[in-house]
Amino acid sequence: MATFWIILTAILVSSACAILGCFLILRRMALVGDAISHAVLPGIAIAFLWSGSRDSLWMLLGATVFGLLTVFFIQSLQAGGLSSDASIGIVFTALFAVGVILISLNAQHIDLDLDCVLFGEIAYVQWDTLTLGGTDVGPRAVWMLGITLLVILLVIGLFYKQFKLCAFDPALAAACGIPVVLFHYLLMGLVSMTSVASFESVGSILVVGMLIVPAATAYLLTDRLGKMILYSVLVGAASSVGGYIMAYALDASIAGCMVAVAGILFVLALLLSPKHGIVFRYARRKFAAR
Amino acid sequence: MWNWIVAILSDPNTRWILLGCLLLGFSSGIIGSFTFLRRQSLMGDTLAHAALPGICIAFMLTETKSVGLFLFGALVAGIVATFGISWITRYSRIKQDAAMGIVLTVFFGIGVVMLTRIQHGASGSQSGLDKYLFGQAASMVMTDVYVMGSVCLVLLIACLAWFKEFKLVSFDPGFARGMGLPVAMLEQLILLLTVIAVVAGIQAVGVVLVAALLVTPAAAARCWTDSLALMVLLAGVFGALSGATGTIFSTLVPNLPTGPVTVLAATVLFAGSALLAPRRGLLARRLRSIQAKSAYLREERATLQTISAQRAQQERGEL
Repeated sequence: MATFWIILTAILVSSACAILGCFLILRRMALVGDAISHAVLPGIAIAFLWSGSRDSLWMLLGATVFGLLTVFFIQSLQAGGLSSDASIGIVFTALFAVGVILISLNAQHIDLDLDCVLFGEIAYVQWDTLTLGGTDVGPRAVWMLGITLLVILLVIGLFYKQFKLCAFDPALAAACGIPVVLFHYLLMGLVSMTSVASFESVGSILVVGMLIVPAATAYLLTDRLGKMILYSVLVGAASSVGGYIMAYALDASIAGCMVAVAGILFVLALLLSPKHGIVFRYARRKFAAR
Repeated sequence: MWNWIVAILSDPNTRWILLGCLLLGFSSGIIGSFTFLRRQSLMGDTLAHAALPGICIAFMLTETKSVGLFLFGALVAGIVATFGISWITRYSRIKQDAAMGIVLTVFFGIGVVMLTRIQHGASGSQSGLDKYLFGQAASMVMTDVYVMGSVCLVLLIACLAWFKEFKLVSFDPGFARGMGLPVAMLEQLILLLTVIAVVAGIQAVGVVLVAALLVTPAAAARCWTDSLALMVLLAGVFGALSGATGTIFSTLVPNLPTGPVTVLAATVLFAGSALLAPRRGLLARRLRSIQAKSAYLREERATLQTISAQRAQQERGEL
């Protein structure tokens, strides 16, 4: 049963991340996901200090607020003329520093472990269960991630056309009367929500990895957004299952192995993708030369 | 005020940490200026994460916890990572930011796998390794400062020796290529120097925050000047200042970690610069726009007045 819950949790995380990751890759904001997942730390710490409990709802709220704040700060610095990579670097390191300081100053009073927040262990998912009306209904993480995934599917499904246009051609989208900024914040809100919902249970490596790597792999395999999202989710799921098997064989970190498998799949796509792969392009060039 | 500074400096241990953080801030500020101008500010973050498997392999192979060995492992992993990034961007349609993200997470993931293997292994104690994630400036000793000092020296000499080349490559790679400079090699050299700075910084401020030492002082310095030489120098000074502030504050308050305070000090310097700098600062720009607006209004009012005066004269003349 433990295996089932762990793999289910991983697939939920990777699917949510894979869908959002496609839009991040297309908008050239791959590292914004990394930044958000680190910058939400003060949100988690403040929510914890304020509410005094490890109740997920407060942490989710605090972290989402800080995720959006991060995006806002990055946007403001960019509007001030700073390049996007520098704005990201300045904002998320500053917020992360605030988070580390908050936690280390209050470390005696609270039981919020830095390692635990950042490197949550997916193997413990099954023990933190949710009870509804006296009956055990399964791990809390599965519920939280399931709801997150549902929200993502709903929002992206409802506004698919708008998101698509914003991803490929923001200028055209703005000209068509789509509120580009609103959709930007909506996407970033979803990213922060996902990173937080996954954080506690699976740790930040898995989130950041699954945001970028499967989507990049899918980007090498197709030119259509719909297919890219589908492939991305499939690659994420395959990495989850493959990573679990690898972790079992090696007796090592499950999240780390999942990201490693995603990396292997990416390298395979990089080499062997029919249209964009190195091997086939090389072969085609040889063939054309003859 | 003066008394407690003297009191802090009289503790030899603190003196070493202070010197180490100062040197670290200085050298990362200098090399950070080039990565900043080349829009590779997040390279620091990427390389810091990517160094983890190198550190783990160094430990697995030798079973000893020596700083020099870890630095060597991290250096090798960092170099492999920079090649990976250039390789992915050159041979596929993946853009640089995504390539950096992929290398960052996959290397770090592999590093975590190795870390847990070490933890579960018979040799047990890995307590020195997790310090690398969050940094432990307080555990710096004299030899570490020597390492830091030599790193600083190497970076400084390299930046001085190739200043003109780095300048050209940072501002106009196309022109540099036209002049016959080995641009690809120079770019790789800048990345190599960045790796060295990052690896030196990991021990003091940790994996995530090492990025800040490269970006934030450089961005702050950029606000004040348009001259590269001055910017590089200012970035170094800002970095050193942040390092010193971090050390001093963390010795004053119990449980306050040095790395994050250093980063916040750099952030405050950046915020001050972005606000107050004479030409590029927010305040100066706001002031300029207000002045421009009021000058425009004054001019317009004057024109209106002359027009109405002329009209009045015309009317009087007609009467």
